Amino acid sequence: MGIYSCIGKNPDEVRDSLYVGRSGIILDPVRKEMGYRSGLTGFVERPALKGMLDRRSRIMLPEQGEYAYMATMQALEQAGLDEDYINEHEIGILYGNDSSAKPVIDATDIMREKKDNMLIGSASVFQTLNSTITMNLSTIFKLKGVNFTISAACASGSHAIGLGYHFIKTGLQDCIITGGAQEINCYSMATFDALSAFSIHEEDPQRASRPFDRSRDGLIPSGGGATIVLESLESATKRGAAILGEVIGYGFSSNGEHISNPTVSGPVRSLQMAMRDAGMNTADIDYINAHATSTPAGDASEAKALYTVFGEHTVPVSSTKSMTGHECWMAGASEIVYSLLMMHNGFIAPNINFEHPDEYSVKLNIVKTTAEKDINVFLSNSFGFGGTNSSLIVRKWSK
Amino acid sequence: MKQNEEIIEKINHFLSEEFEVDEAVITPGGNVREVLELDSLDYIDLVVVVESNFSFKVKPEDFAGITTFSDFYNYVISRVNSKELA
Repeated sequence: MGIYSCIGKNPDEVRDSLYVGRSGIILDPVRKEMGYRSGLTGFVERPALKGMLDRRSRIMLPEQGEYAYMATMQALEQAGLDEDYINEHEIGILYGNDSSAKPVIDATDIMREKKDNMLIGSASVFQTLNSTITMNLSTIFKLKGVNFTISAACASGSHAIGLGYHFIKTGLQDCIITGGAQEINCYSMATFDALSAFSIHEEDPQRASRPFDRSRDGLIPSGGGATIVLESLESATKRGAAILGEVIGYGFSSNGEHISNPTVSGPVRSLQMAMRDAGMNTADIDYINAHATSTPAGDASEAKALYTVFGEHTVPVSSTKSMTGHECWMAGASEIVYSLLMMHNGFIAPNINFEHPDEYSVKLNIVKTTAEKDINVFLSNSFGFGGTNSSLIVRKWSK
Repeated sequence: MKQNEEIIEKINHFLSEEFEVDEAVITPGGNVREVLELDSLDYIDLVVVVESNFSFKVKPEDFAGITTFSDFYNYVISRVNSKELA
């Protein structure tokens, strides 16, 4: 696995942030100048890729592609997949991404000002397409297996892992790079800001993301890149790879209702499908990493869905978005990384800023402060606009 | 003549910057494609840097007859001069 996020640029940094409940949220003055209702955002430093990648590879990567590249470099190293192995085997890539706003806006500015499309340059088209991550990483790493992007709004990263799991389960591929990436530039989130989707607790950025708390007032956009290498047990064992966990369940559903208003029944069906797929009972789940983004309606719906499936005060639940903000297209993948880090370090990261429950979250076992706990099985939820839902279940690997 | 030298100096500088090569490897007899390691996409960026630096319209086919940097300098100088005459 690999991670490049607002709470750390590698798994060690992220583990430490998760353990102490460190927020990666800032107030961005540029957004206020641009007329954002809320200038809150996760802050992710752009990696310096000169010297790591040649010019052609670099100029074709949009911002979120840089984050995905960094996360994937880490993941390949951790998985022990070197250049020779990749060249000799059919490695695939399924990655979540659902926008590339800045390159589109930059190209449009040139079109409008210059009236000469050639001045857009050669790299723009490879930055602007939604499949920018998979087209760039498959080229950089010379991948020869399955290669496409999953766009499913804020469930993109989770569905990418779920699909990768099925490609491997059905024997179509032995090894797939999966994950999710999210741009974080000031252009990328204006359309969400237009919906008043963001918290306006600008006076205290690190306390503004308050999933499940009754005073929550909206999400905080964030981003980065998260990569998970999925591999068949046979292949990983043969290579002697360090196996971190086993995907054992994937559930999905569509609400079939409003484009942005959440439902309870959609997530319930996704959760139940994942549990059936994993052959698990509710008592088998040691931790739930909730989707909860800190929006009034979304968190309430998820709380009701979790209560419906798991009952009252049972499984420990936290939303790491309380620290990271909402990493959108990346979130479903990054939250698998966060949960794996908890699993391998024996703790549950806190749902920071959870002070007062509402009538729905009061029924859940929400972890307010870091809890030392052995996690054998965790579940991670991701939901997106259009009513797309994804639930993944991962078990600690033991021979 | 002095103006031509300034144009050549400017070309060497922006080619070095854009294509990330040491300015010293750009010599009049050098092969543009080989020295700058250009692929088909890079020719688009070559158009962009020339237009951005000299404010005249370049067509990709203009580069068809250009092999060496000397050819390249001559092309740009002639376009700059014809623009000035226009």
